[in-house]
Amino acid sequence: MIISPRNTQALAVTLLGGATGLTLAILVFVIVFILGKGLPVISLGFLFDNPQEMGKAGGIFPTLVGTLILPLVAIFIALPAGVGTAVYLSEYTVENPATRIIRFGTDCLAGIPSIIFGLFGFIFFVTTLKMGWCILSGALTLAIMVLPTIIRTSEEAIKAVPASYREVSCSLGATRWETVLKVVLPNALPGIVTGVMLSIGRCIGETAAVIFTAGASLRLPHSVFDSTRTMAVHFYILAREGISNENAYGTAAVLILSVLLVNSLSYWMMNRFIARRTK
Amino acid sequence: MALAFTALTSLLLIAIFIFKEGVPFIARVGFKDFLLSSDWRPQAGHFGIYPMIIASLLVTFGAMLVGAPLGIACAVFLNEFVSKPATRIIKPTIELLAGIPSVVYGFIGVVVVAPLIRSQFGGPGLSMLCASLILGVMVLPTIISISTDVLASVPNAYREGALALGATRWQSVHMVILKAGRSGIVAAVILGMGRAIGETMAVIMVAGNTVQLPHSALDSVCTLTAKIAMEMGSATGPHRQALFAIGVVLFLMIMMFNALAMSAIKQRFAGK
Repeated sequence: MIISPRNTQALAVTLLGGATGLTLAILVFVIVFILGKGLPVISLGFLFDNPQEMGKAGGIFPTLVGTLILPLVAIFIALPAGVGTAVYLSEYTVENPATRIIRFGTDCLAGIPSIIFGLFGFIFFVTTLKMGWCILSGALTLAIMVLPTIIRTSEEAIKAVPASYREVSCSLGATRWETVLKVVLPNALPGIVTGVMLSIGRCIGETAAVIFTAGASLRLPHSVFDSTRTMAVHFYILAREGISNENAYGTAAVLILSVLLVNSLSYWMMNRFIARRTK
Repeated sequence: MALAFTALTSLLLIAIFIFKEGVPFIARVGFKDFLLSSDWRPQAGHFGIYPMIIASLLVTFGAMLVGAPLGIACAVFLNEFVSKPATRIIKPTIELLAGIPSVVYGFIGVVVVAPLIRSQFGGPGLSMLCASLILGVMVLPTIISISTDVLASVPNAYREGALALGATRWQSVHMVILKAGRSGIVAAVILGMGRAIGETMAVIMVAGNTVQLPHSALDSVCTLTAKIAMEMGSATGPHRQALFAIGVVLFLMIMMFNALAMSAIKQRFAGK
């Protein structure tokens, strides 16, 4: 039997649409499942109390603090390096072997899995530099991990600033550096912030690179030289060691909500940025 | 100027420090005994990682059986058969999949997928099959977003040409557009493989972590990444060096995947 092209098309569209539907269904299922089991656990007490018996009871307050601080310190380190690289690549040089090597390095770095970052952070920051398990070790490791994201998004944002802006600035007697600082970067800011938000989202969800560098202490950190435990690590330990399924669901729900919030914000900013550019 | 080399310096530092710990160890144990022996008993001084290499490759392959068809189908559907405004809503939604932390996927694997496998097919549940299914879903965003970009970059003239010759939309897709975007889609799948082989936390939770050569998809396996992450906390001396040596193997595998993907992309631009 020969199926007519029209019917083949109908079949193909059904299958492809089914695949897309399935993908969306998986996404909705994951989110609804975790939130459905986790939201009832969340209360003010859960968010702001200290954990008891290694997280079996009590709240998740220290991990909330850890999840807030670690990405912020990481961004604080990665931002100057990433934006600096992007400015150099797009404003101060043309394509040459050096920029090709930088781009190649960035691409390679982007492909390295988080467990390798964890191994490296452990042997370099924790052991060789004798920093121990602390927020700073974790943040430095995460900073390297998100560097490619920040470089790429910043470079895109900087490239999108119209050349005429630079020409006007230079014709007014501004130096190249003044142009970068006062004209290019302010106009590229929304794009750069998008990259930062994406990076924060990635840091919040990260486990493998954090657990070997920032440690898993449940005490409230007093400085960047203290160990801390992020929500993702806390959730992993609760679930893996079967400490408390209830608190694991609660932590997962807070974790997913934070990541979704940060990522949605970054998409929203990106869309606004694109809309403004095409205006 | 100096800042611009941060990424490159970091990459070199990572490579140097992991190789410095791992390579002398491999040299001491012997290349063959390390890579091709199945005997992993760190306390007795046996460090064979062959079963873990096989496990990593099989789990990754399984993940691709799930993720590649699903991801490419999604990309084709979104790019060729759905109106632009709808795509603008669906695509970011799918990209949210990428934002869900890997531990959450692992947890879903433990509490939903593994019990299902256990009751339907028997076996321990936490298995190669479970790991492949979870990883297959986890690589979807990578495959979908790169494939969509690739399909979007196929010139419209190709589509119009095919349609003008009387092809249906589907014929134009599978006879013309997929052919034109082939190398880019291959690159998307390879990058997805890189992600799958490097994934750690989700795999530890769902793969069962028994060091053995699996006989079926329902057997429990231990991947390279899982071995590193599970034993890193307590390992000392040669045992720790062995874990770094596994890191070296993993690093080289990933670099190979990335190089393959990059050359596929380059080929694509060279062909234009």
